[in-house]
Amino acid sequence: MSSSRAAESSLLALNQQEELEDLPREYPLSTSEDEGDSDGERKHQKLLEAISSLDGKNRRKLAERSEASLKVSEFNASSEGSGEKLVLSDLLEPVKTSSSLAAVKKQLNRVKSKKTVELPLHREEIERIHREVAFNKTSQVLSKWDPVVQKNRQAEQLVFPLSKQQSVFAPIEHVVSGWKARTPLEQEIFNLLHKNKQPVTDPLLTPMEKASLKAMSLEEVKMRRAELQRARALQSYYAARARREKKIKSKKYHKLLKKGKAKQALKEFEKLRKVNPAAALEELEKLEKARMMERMSLKHQNSGKWAKSKAIMAKYDLEARQAMQEQLARNKELMQKIQVASESAEEEGVAEEEGEPFVPDMVNEVQVKASGPNPWMFRNHSSDTKEAEVQGDPEELAEPAAQEAPESEEEGPVVAEEILLKEFEERRSLRQKSGLKQITKPVGSQETKDPSSQGVLSELRALSQKLNRENHQSRKQELSSTRTVLAVQREEPAGEEEEPLLLQRPERARTLDELEELGKEGCFQNKELPRAAVEGQQWERNPSNHLSVPKEKKRKEQMIDLQNLLTTKSPSMKSLAVPTTEELEDEEERDQRQMIKEAFAGDDVIRDFLKEKREAVEASKPKDVDLTLPGWGEWGGVGLKPSAKKRHRFLIKAPEGPPRKDGNLPNVILSEKRNIRAAAHQVRMLPYPFTHHQQFERTIQTPIGSTWNTQRAFQKLTMPKVVTKPGHIIKPIKAEDVGYRSSSRSDLSVVQRNPKRLSIRHKKQLKKNSVD
Amino acid sequence: MKVKMLSRNPDSYVRETKLDLQRVPRNYDPTLHPFEVPREYVRALNATKLERVFAKPFLASLDGHRDGVSCLAKHPKSLATVLSGACDGEVRIWNLTKRKCIHMIQAHEGFVRGICTRFCGTSFFTVGDDKTVKQWKMDGPSFGEEEEPLHTILGKTVYTGIDHHWKEAVFATCGQQVDIWDEQRSSPICSMTWGFDSISSVKFNPVETFLLGSCASDRNIVLYDMRQATPLKKVILDMRTNTICWNPMEAFIFTAANEDYNLYTFDMRALDTPVMVHMDHVSAVLDVDYSPTGKDFVSASFDKSIRIFPVDKSRSREVYHTKRMQHVICVKWTSDSKYIMCGSDEMNIRLWKANASEKLGVLTSREKAATDYNQRLKEKFQHHPHIKRISRHRHLPKSIYSQIQEQRVMKEARRRKELNRIKHSKPGSVQRVSEKKKRVVAVVK
Repeated sequence: MSSSRAAESSLLALNQQEELEDLPREYPLSTSEDEGDSDGERKHQKLLEAISSLDGKNRRKLAERSEASLKVSEFNASSEGSGEKLVLSDLLEPVKTSSSLAAVKKQLNRVKSKKTVELPLHREEIERIHREVAFNKTSQVLSKWDPVVQKNRQAEQLVFPLSKQQSVFAPIEHVVSGWKARTPLEQEIFNLLHKNKQPVTDPLLTPMEKASLKAMSLEEVKMRRAELQRARALQSYYAARARREKKIKSKKYHKLLKKGKAKQALKEFEKLRKVNPAAALEELEKLEKARMMERMSLKHQNSGKWAKSKAIMAKYDLEARQAMQEQLARNKELMQKIQVASESAEEEGVAEEEGEPFVPDMVNEVQVKASGPNPWMFRNHSSDTKEAEVQGDPEELAEPAAQEAPESEEEGPVVAEEILLKEFEERRSLRQKSGLKQITKPVGSQETKDPSSQGVLSELRALSQKLNRENHQSRKQELSSTRTVLAVQREEPAGEEEEPLLLQRPERARTLDELEELGKEGCFQNKELPRAAVEGQQWERNPSNHLSVPKEKKRKEQMIDLQNLLTTKSPSMKSLAVPTTEELEDEEERDQRQMIKEAFAGDDVIRDFLKEKREAVEASKPKDVDLTLPGWGEWGGVGLKPSAKKRHRFLIKAPEGPPRKDGNLPNVILSEKRNIRAAAHQVRMLPYPFTHHQQFERTIQTPIGSTWNTQRAFQKLTMPKVVTKPGHIIKPIKAEDVGYRSSSRSDLSVVQRNPKRLSIRHKKQLKKNSVD
Repeated sequence: MKVKMLSRNPDSYVRETKLDLQRVPRNYDPTLHPFEVPREYVRALNATKLERVFAKPFLASLDGHRDGVSCLAKHPKSLATVLSGACDGEVRIWNLTKRKCIHMIQAHEGFVRGICTRFCGTSFFTVGDDKTVKQWKMDGPSFGEEEEPLHTILGKTVYTGIDHHWKEAVFATCGQQVDIWDEQRSSPICSMTWGFDSISSVKFNPVETFLLGSCASDRNIVLYDMRQATPLKKVILDMRTNTICWNPMEAFIFTAANEDYNLYTFDMRALDTPVMVHMDHVSAVLDVDYSPTGKDFVSASFDKSIRIFPVDKSRSREVYHTKRMQHVICVKWTSDSKYIMCGSDEMNIRLWKANASEKLGVLTSREKAATDYNQRLKEKFQHHPHIKRISRHRHLPKSIYSQIQEQRVMKEARRRKELNRIKHSKPGSVQRVSEKKKRVVAVVK
C-alpha cells in the first residue's frame, strides 16, 4: 500500500517537473498577452481547422468545442480544449498581480532547480545485492587458494602433517614455576636451595656470585677491557691476513707454503724427539691420524676429476705425468701403515699392485722406466734395498748417481714425507742396534732413484747375501752357546760389511735358474725358523738380548718376500711348456664334443622343428570345401568313389590366405591365433587418462622393481603418494603453511566491527521476544 | 699347465670401514633380467590378492551407550579421545587406546543433537532437544564435585546442530536460524536466516574460518560469511541434504550428503554444477567426514554401511559393514587419517582402519619398501581385468546387494526411456541433461 502511494506521489512529482520545465518558455508569453489577443488567436485557429476539415475526414472533430464551456461542472472535467495542456502558468496567471505570492514563486523556482530522489529499492532486492557483493568478495578470497590446491592435487608426494612442529623447549623456570614441592624429600631440597639463595629463575647466579661480579674494581675492569680489545684487534688482524693469503691464487705459492710447513714440522719434530720423546710420540700419533684421514678422504686416489684429466694428459705432457706419479706416491704412502710398515707393506704390495684400475698402462710404464717414486718398487725396496745398498759397491752407487741429477727436481715434494718415513725406519733400526744406522741417511735419498733393473738386481744380491749371512749365523749359533749369541749379534755388522765384497762377483754371474734354487734354499732356511724361535725363547730369558728379536723377524719377512718374487716370475720362465698343454686342451675339447654327439645321436631337433612348422603352416591354411555327395546321380556303395568330374564340380576352393609372417624366417613359427588364456589378462580398452595406446604400453613396459632399477630409482619410482606419520595430528591447511599471509584480522573482530547494524537487528529481535 | 687366476679389484667389494654398507654388486643389464612385464604383472596380481587376504578393517566396538549414537566429535589435541552423544541425552568420552569409556555425562533431556569440541581441547559444547546449549569441561569434575556444565544457554527453539570456530572463541548453532555465539555471551552475536525451514546442520570452514555452510530441510544448502554477517548463496538440490563437510585441504570444496543416496562435491564458487557426484549407497546418506589429508572422505548411510570415496572418484573404494551394525548415523575420520569411527543406531561406536589391509604398528624399512612397491604395482596394473576384478570384489550383505541390482535396473530403465524420448521427438527438442546438472534445481543468489 505504502509503496503504491509512494509511486503515485513520485509520478505527480515527475509531472510537476515536466510542467515546470515548460514554464520558462510560456511564462513570459502568457504574461505579456492580454485576454483579447488570445481570444482572437483562438478564433483564427478555429477557422484554420474548419478549412482543413473541409475535405470531410475530420468532420467529427468539427463538432468539438474548443472554447471554455459555459457550464463548468465541478464533477467532471470538460473535455474542451483537450488539445492544450493545462499549464502551471495558467493557474498562476490570476495570482500574478498579488505580491504576497512572490515567496511561493520563489519556492517554486527553487524546486525547479532540484532533482527528486529515486525510489528506494525493495528490501529483498537490497539483501540480494548485499549477498552478491559478499559472495564475490569471498570467492576472490578463496581463489588465492587455487594454485595451492592445484599444486597439491598434482604433487607426486604429499607429506602430512604439512607443517613441521618444532619441539619447544620450555625453560626450566617455566616448568618449575608451576610445580610445588610436596614430598618431604623435595621440600628438603628446596629448603637447601633457598638457604643458599640459589636462584630458580634466570640469570642463574647466586647473590654471592653477583657480589663478586660487582666487586671488580674500575682499574681491573679497564685492564680487562683493554686486554679484550687487544685480543679482538689481533684476532681481526689474523683473520684479515688469513683471508688475504687464502685469496692468493698462485699454485706455486701454495706449494711452497706447504713445503715450508712440512719442513718446519719436520724440524720441530726432530727437536721434540730429542727433547721430549713422549710428546714426539703424540705428534706421531697425530701424523698417523692425519694419514688415516687422508686415507678416508680418497683425495689421492686416481679416481678424482683432476687425476682422470691428468691421466689423459700424461701421455703427452711430462709435467702431468710427474704430477700423477707424485700423487700416486702420496697415495701409497698414505695407505701405508707407519708403525707396522715393515710387516704389512710387503704383503700389501702385491695386492695394491693390482689396485689401480684407472691408471692407464703407460703411466705405469713410465714409472718403471723412470723408476721415480714407483710405489710398487718403492715398497719392495723400502726395507730390503737399504741393506742391499748397505753392501752396495761403489760402482753401483756411482751409476744411479748419473741419473740422479735430472730426476731430483721432480721428487722434491715427495722427499719431505719420505724423509719423515725414513725417520721412523731409522728409529726402528736404532732399536735393532744394527749397523744400518750409519748409512740410512744416504739411503733415504738414493733408494728411490734406483732404476728398476738395478733395483731388482740389488735386491737379489741382498737376498743372497742375507742367505749367506744366515747360514753363517746358524753355523755360528750351532757352535756357540746361548751366552755367546749376543756376541754374535755384535759381530754381525762386521760380517755384513765384509761379505758383500766377497760374494759380489759370483752373484752377478748367476742366472735366474740359479736364483730359483736359491729360493728353495731360502725355503729350507725358513724351515729352520722354529729353531730360531726356540732361540728367541732362550733370549727372552736373557732380557739384555731382547733387542735382537725384531731383527730375526725381519729376516723372516725377507725370506717370504723372496718366495713372492720367485712365484711372480715363474710364468715367464715356463713359457716353453705352454704350447704342449694347449694341444692337450684341444684334444680334450674334441673328445667332449664327440661324447655329446654320441649321447644325442638319435635327436634331430632341426628336422623335428621343420616338420612342426610345416604342420603349423598346413593347419593355418584355409581348407577347400568338398560338397560332393556320393551316390547322387551315380552308383554308390562301398569302394566306389564319386567321379572326378563331379568332385571337380562340387569342390569349393578356399581363397588363399594372407602370406605367413614367418615365411621368410626359417627358424621361427609365428602363430597369429588369439590366445584366449592370455587375453583374459590383457586390457581390452584404452584406460581413461591415456590418449594413445602407445602411451599406455610404455607405462606398462617400464619396470619399477628393484630387479631392473637402481636403488635410488626404485625408491623414487615407488614413492607413495601420501605419507602420513602414525600418531601425528594432521591439522587443516593454513595460509602460513603455504607461505600466504593469513587474513590479519580475526573473524570475530570483523563480526563486531559492524555492531550498529547487528545491534539494531538484535534490538528488534529482543523487542519481539519481549512482546511475545 | 696354464693357471688362470681370478682377480678382482678389491675396491669393488671391500668396504672402506666396518661401518659401511656391504657392497652388493648388481648387474642391471636388461638381458640378464628378461620378462620384466610378465614378472611384474604376476607380482601385482599377488599383491592384489594379498591385499584382499589381509583386508580386515574392523578393529573394535565401543559399547556402553543405552540408546542410538546420534553424534560424534574428535578431540582436537588428543588422538585417543573421542566424544559421543546418544539419543537419550547421554554424552560419553572414550579412550580409544584402552577402548573404554572414561567419562559419562547425562547432558540433556532427549536427544543430544550436536556435539563439538573447543579448538584448544579443554571443553566441549552440546546441544539437545531441551533447547539448551551447554559447555562442559573435558576433564570431568574432580572428586566430590557435582557434574555440571560450565555454561548453559537457554534458547527459544530447538537447536539441531552445533559447530565450533577453528581458531576463536565463537561457535555456531542451527535450528530455525544460524546463530553465531560468543562464548562469553548468553545471546548470539548475530543470527542469519534465509528462508523459513529448519536447518539441520552447520559447519565452519576449517581453512577460511569465517565461512559457514548449512543445510536446511527445504532441500537447500546455504553458505554464510561470518564477517559480513550475511548469507552468500543458496543451492537447491533435488532432495534434502543431511549434512555437509568441508575439505580441510581445499578451502572452497565441500561435500554434501544427500537423501537421494548420493553425495555431491561442490566448489563453492560454482554451485550450479557439482564437481563430482559420488554414488554407491543404496539408501539416504546421513553423515560425511573428510580425511584430514583431504584426499578421501567417508560417508555413513541409512543402508547400514559406511563407504570411503576418493574425492575425485564417483565410485567408492571401500565399503564397511558388519552383521550387527544398523543404520549408521554419524561417522568421523580420525585426525591422523588412519582410522574411522562410526556411531550407529544399535548403540555402538565402531572403530575401523581407514586402509583395510594396512599393517598396523611399526614397519621395518624393508616392509615399508615392499608395501610401497606393491602399492605402485597395483596402481600400474589396475586396468588389467583380473587385477581389477579382484581388487574391486567386496562381499556385501544381501539387502545391499539386492538393492544395488534393483537400482541398476531402475537406472537402466530411466536411461533407456530418456534415450527413447530423444529418439522419438523432434531432433533438438529434448535435450540430454548430464547426471551432475540433473540434481541441481536452482542456485539462488
